[in-house]
Formats: sequence, structure tokens, C-alpha cells
Amino acid sequence: MKLRDLAHARSGDKGDVSNISVIAYDQAAYERVRQVLTPERVKRHLRGIVQGEVRRYDLPGLMALNFVLNGALGGGVTRSLALDAHGKCLSGLLLEFDLEETSA
Amino acid sequence: MTSFPQSRVVRIGAGAGFAGDRIEPAVELVREGRLDYLVFECLAERTIALAQGVRLGDPGAGYDPLLEARMRAVLPQCVEKGVRIVSNMGAANPVAAARRIAELAADLRLPGLKVAAVVGDDVLEVMAGSPRPLLEVGGDVASLGESLISANAYLGCEPIVEALAGGAQVVVTGRVADPSLFLAPLVHEFGWALDDWERLGRGTVVGHLLECAGQVTGGYFADPDVKTVPDLARLGFPLAEVSADGSAVITKVEGSGGRVDVATCTEQLLYELHDPTRYLTPDVIADFSTVQFEQVGLDRVAVRGGGGQARPAQLKVSLGRKEGFIGEGAISYAGSSAVARGRLALDIIAERFRLTGLAPEETRFELIGVDAVAPETLVSAFAPMEVRARVVARTRTRAEAERVGREVEALYTNGPAGGGGATRLVTPVIGVVSTLIERALVLPTVIFEAAS
Repeated sequence: MKLRDLAHARSGDKGDVSNISVIAYDQAAYERVRQVLTPERVKRHLRGIVQGEVRRYDLPGLMALNFVLNGALGGGVTRSLALDAHGKCLSGLLLEFDLEETSA
Repeated sequence: MTSFPQSRVVRIGAGAGFAGDRIEPAVELVREGRLDYLVFECLAERTIALAQGVRLGDPGAGYDPLLEARMRAVLPQCVEKGVRIVSNMGAANPVAAARRIAELAADLRLPGLKVAAVVGDDVLEVMAGSPRPLLEVGGDVASLGESLISANAYLGCEPIVEALAGGAQVVVTGRVADPSLFLAPLVHEFGWALDDWERLGRGTVVGHLLECAGQVTGGYFADPDVKTVPDLARLGFPLAEVSADGSAVITKVEGSGGRVDVATCTEQLLYELHDPTRYLTPDVIADFSTVQFEQVGLDRVAVRGGGGQARPAQLKVSLGRKEGFIGEGAISYAGSSAVARGRLALDIIAERFRLTGLAPEETRFELIGVDAVAPETLVSAFAPMEVRARVVARTRTRAEAERVGREVEALYTNGPAGGGGATRLVTPVIGVVSTLIERALVLPTVIFEAAS
């Protein structure tokens, strides 16, 4: 099972920091995602992209997690060499996270 | 401030979420949205640095290039219906923008239209040579030396409120925090105190939800089969019906494309957010963590909760600096050995850089369709039928940047079989870094212009 089966996501940029919100489709999905999707695993999943620390903020009222990825945008939108300098594609990439593989 | 019943609602529409946004949705909002205010957010981080350069060449320029097109499209109807406009399209030259709008109003036979420019965000003189530390990269402002080309403090809602109180029908600003463009009309209409942190926080939530326009009404959301959005080609832009306590309903014009529901609102609430309990603007430190959404009708979502605490002591300053050039080249390969030939192409370019002594400060060699965007954990063994080899490098000089694309282009006759569609590009880099400034050193002023 992929994260995209349980949640949707949106990424945004600020300087060299990207944030990816992960919003569960229902309460059971939220509990599962909250348990599995640790900041460490997000960083490992996006390795080669995220250089710095990953922090997670929980928003239970919205069934959402907000991941803040430091050093994820090639030095920032204005100077990045990346094809996707804003990191807009990161949400789609995170949704490919395999929940089975991780919990096994 | 006049008194009003507690049930009164202020209707604010978002007419643009970025500089290049569609124009028709704003026209539709004015025509059918029964708006009180229309806000255009059009000023990205580095745009103002680029505009500063334009202004240096021409003192009458430096405002948003689409200012005239947007104003022509909405101004007559806005005047007729009494919709007031707030925008940061003034960019590096709000006074020239206000003057242009006043001229336009005269052309459109809208005599007496009152336009206000908010100035004072430009703090380049204070910043040049300053020992203030740079927030993201270390070092201080002085170390930027000659490369520093612009410095703009993020202003809050106050000068816009002053312009509205002075009777401006159109307010144009330079650098203002995006949500503050929306908060200003609320402070003006409801008479919120500038230390009423809870209401300012809630108004900031509303501003944040609206500031990217279509991103809350179904734009940046669709994923076929999973999250569908009707009629994105006619996406309706959002409007908020805001109450005096700062709660609101987010909706859009009936019959327009898109969707407004708890999912679209939640995605946008968390967009570009770090700590949800501390969203910093010049007006307030807003708390988004207690926001609640409820679907209250078709394409209608009620926003409740949210709050705030005392505003930050200092203002953020965005600094534009010249950082050399980016040179880029790309070329396509197709067929079942496309990946192998693409990789060969990249290896050849890397070797050419060594042989010709090109030593960029940073480079990327990648295959679009394989690993340009995806991390290594997701690059599969699946072989696409086509790839695009991309080489990009940051260099000190334009001449070096030119060489990057030329080397890629030369793969036509010197590279792997069947390379096609080579493109090359050189872009000057205007990097943005930031620092903080004491409020006392930033003195916003409102300048009025009237159409003759």
C-alpha cells in the first residue's frame, strides 16, 4: 500500500526549505500514517534531495501532518539548478512512499 | 470607524495568485461575486529585485508588466460596483504604478478615481554595508558588497489601512506580506485594533487561504481518479465572506470551474507553512493549528478558529543579489536504448567540461523522465521510450554559461546516435537572501494620485 492510497499532499517552498503537507482521507488512515511516516523515513525516502533536518508537525484536528524539509531546494528557488526549483513535485514523490515495506 | 451590526460580512475576492495568473477569473469575480474588495497578489520573492533593475534603466518603470492589462479588465466594473482594489503590483515602483492607473482611469472616463501608492518598503540605503546577519546563509549584509541590488522590508497591513481610510479606491504597494493585503480591508472595515492578536490571526488565516487564488478552489489539486476537479479551464477564483469575529466562508462564483471543500482548504491552509502555531507576518504571529473547516453548502466551506499572538519585534527584509549565471542545455533521445544514449551524452559533457577547463560552481547532469525530479529511491528499472538529457551549471560569467548549452548542442554531430531537439539557455541569477530590520527604521508612507 502506498501513501497515496491513504492521503493527499501538497508541497510549498520558502527559500531553501520545502514543506509537504500530508492529509489523510479518514481517521483510521490518519492513525496509520502518523505511526509509519516518521521524519527519518521521509528523509530516507527523499534521499539525495533533502540535505538538512526534517521536522514533522501534527495537526490532528485536520487529520494532517506537516513535514518541513530543510535544505531541500538546491539553495533556494532563485538559485537552484533543479528542473523543479520550487519542489512542487515533492508531494507526488512522497505519496509513492510504500507503507507495507516500511512496517515489514 | 462607523458602527455596524455584528452580522455584517465583508466580501473579499482574490484576483490573482501570482504575476502570470489568468485574468478572466478576476473579471468574473467582480461581475458576479458581489465583492467589496478585490486583491491581486502578484509579487514573487525575486520579482522585486528584477523590477529594481528595470527601474534603474527607466524611472517610470519597475511595476508589474501586467498591471495595465489587469486594471483595464476590471477597473470600469469595480468603479461601477464600488469594489475597492488592493495589489502589490507596484513592485519596485508603486508611485509610477499609481500614476499609470490614474492615467488609465482618465482614459476609461473614470474621473476622480482615487489611487494610493504605499512606499517605504525599499530599505536598500539602510542595508548597504550593514553588519546585520544573513538569516539563511551565514555572513552579513556587508559581505554582499556590490552584488546587493535590492532590499525590501515586508510591510504589514497598516499603510494599506491608512490608504483605505483616506478614501483610495485602488491601493498599490511594493513588498507587503501577502496575507496583509487581505487583512488590511478587514482591519479597515471592522475597525480591528492592531493589537487584537486573535482577530488579526484569524484575518491572516483568511488571507493565507486566498493569497494563491485558484489554489484553494481546486487548482494545484487534481489527480485523476483520486481527486477530480471539474472544469479547470474555467477555474473560479475564491472569495471569502468574512465576519467581524474573523470567521469566514470560502466560496467561489456559482457555475465557475473548480471545487471548494474541506480537502482543498486544508491543502491550502498548510501551503508554505512551517510551524503551524507560529506563522509570522509583520502584523501578527498567527496560529493555524486550531483552524477548523466545515462544509456548509456546495462549494462553501466555513473557516473557524485560529488565533494569534503579538507580532514579531522586527521586520523581515528580502535582499536581492547578483549570483552569476545559469547555463543550461538539453537534448532528447528515443528508442529502447534511450537511457543508455542519454547517459552517454551526459558523460561526454562532463568530460568536455574537464577537457575545455570549464569549472562551474555547481552542476547537475540528469535525464528528464528518469532522475531529474525523482529521488534515487524511486528510480525504477523501467526503461522509458524517450528521455531528455539535461546539463545545467552555475557559473561566474555569462561567457562560461553560454559554453554549457553550446557543448550540449554540439552533441548533434559529436554525440550519441539520434540526439534531437537540443535547446540552450542562459539566465542571470538573482538570488534572494534575508535579514531583519528594526521597525523604527522602516517608515511606510501613502501617496495619493487622482484621475483627472
